[in-house]
Amino acid sequence: MFKELWESFTEALEGLGSVVHFLFRLVVNTPRALLRFSLISQQIFNSGAFSLVIIMLSGLFVGMVLGLQGFQLLQRFGSEEALGTAATIGLVKELGPVVTALLFAGRAGTALASELGLMRATDQISAMEMMAVDPIQRVVVPRFLGGVISMPLLAAIFSVIGIYGAQLVGVQIMGVDSGSFWSQMRSAVGLSDITEGIVKSVAFGIACSLIAVYQGYYATPTAEGVGRATTRTVVTSAVVILFLDYLITAAFL
Amino acid sequence: MRKSRTLNLGTGSFVLLGFAALFFLTTQTTSRGLSWFGPPHYEVTAKFDNIGDLKVGAPVSMSGVEIGRVVKIDFDSNEYKAVVQLRLNERFNKIPTDSDASIYTQGLLGGKFIGLTAGGADTYLKDRDQIDFTQSAFVLENLIGQVLANFTKSKADEQGAAAAGAAKSNADTKSNSDTKSKEKTK
Repeated sequence: MFKELWESFTEALEGLGSVVHFLFRLVVNTPRALLRFSLISQQIFNSGAFSLVIIMLSGLFVGMVLGLQGFQLLQRFGSEEALGTAATIGLVKELGPVVTALLFAGRAGTALASELGLMRATDQISAMEMMAVDPIQRVVVPRFLGGVISMPLLAAIFSVIGIYGAQLVGVQIMGVDSGSFWSQMRSAVGLSDITEGIVKSVAFGIACSLIAVYQGYYATPTAEGVGRATTRTVVTSAVVILFLDYLITAAFL
Repeated sequence: MRKSRTLNLGTGSFVLLGFAALFFLTTQTTSRGLSWFGPPHYEVTAKFDNIGDLKVGAPVSMSGVEIGRVVKIDFDSNEYKAVVQLRLNERFNKIPTDSDASIYTQGLLGGKFIGLTAGGADTYLKDRDQIDFTQSAFVLENLIGQVLANFTKSKADEQGAAAAGAAKSNADTKSNSDTKSKEKTK
């Protein structure tokens, strides 16, 4: 009983250690991978531009819900004008980075993991090693960097669309004054709020992409193994994102 | 070749869109971002006995129009006064040197801001000038304290007068307490 617990504990530690080691290898290979920027740009297109539609749609609806809920809540205190502030701070600091990262893990993370897993299963990675092409540098690092670069941009787009969604419901439908919506937002939202959002989205981008490429690269080379790697990517990403979210929020207080 | 062109086009427009969104967030949703590329300005200082909870970034207004912002708050340990630095838009450069600055509250419990009232001098404020006539913040707690002190004082007076009046004639007491109560209603 104790022995089993101890073993699963050491296994978890081992996994954490190998993730850190993997991250180190990625960082070491980054300068040389940057020389072939077309590979990275292709990955930005794959994980960023393809996620755009789902991010924009979700941002719009999250913003509209915030506008509706915020209006209902603020109306009780007779301060509907603060809707712009409430929606913007909520989106930029919290909902934007977190929801984008969760969607990103589901949309782009799974694609990365299953792609790399299939490459492993069909021996493409071993073939590269045979031809003295470093698969980390040629395949993994561009995917990782593409994710890291796309994530903050997606989160920013999410927040902006969300603010317009809140404005759409609050101002156009519920009749909050448009001038006070924007001016109260401008006077209450500080640059530090935006910075917090950017720091969060960069951290989530690194975490999501790292987990996805790690799970894919070390997937068991079977159909079942690829499936498990994909599932693990989503589950681990979600937990890590929410954990990091708490840490960063506490650090910025 | 053609495929890589559409690919680059897609990536480029995605990155552009992302940076446009970041730019929007930093400049349009905050007030601080706007001052980076702000209009030309000049700075004047004003010393106050008490600034209440005036914050850096609070607006400076004249007749209700925003003409600048508070950029720095410091404490003068020689005079024991708060030194507030105001950044005013260059467009509003005809403010008389004897204007006075007061600290007002937005709404009942809102934030503080500085209101300037024009004086009558022929010379105008320049960069690094000082506004001499200032009026401190209106601190709600002090006012409540004063009202309470007045109230208890007048009540004590009334009781004292009534006790003293008991020794005197009845008519005299009545008129005395009447005037006291009139004072209280005032």
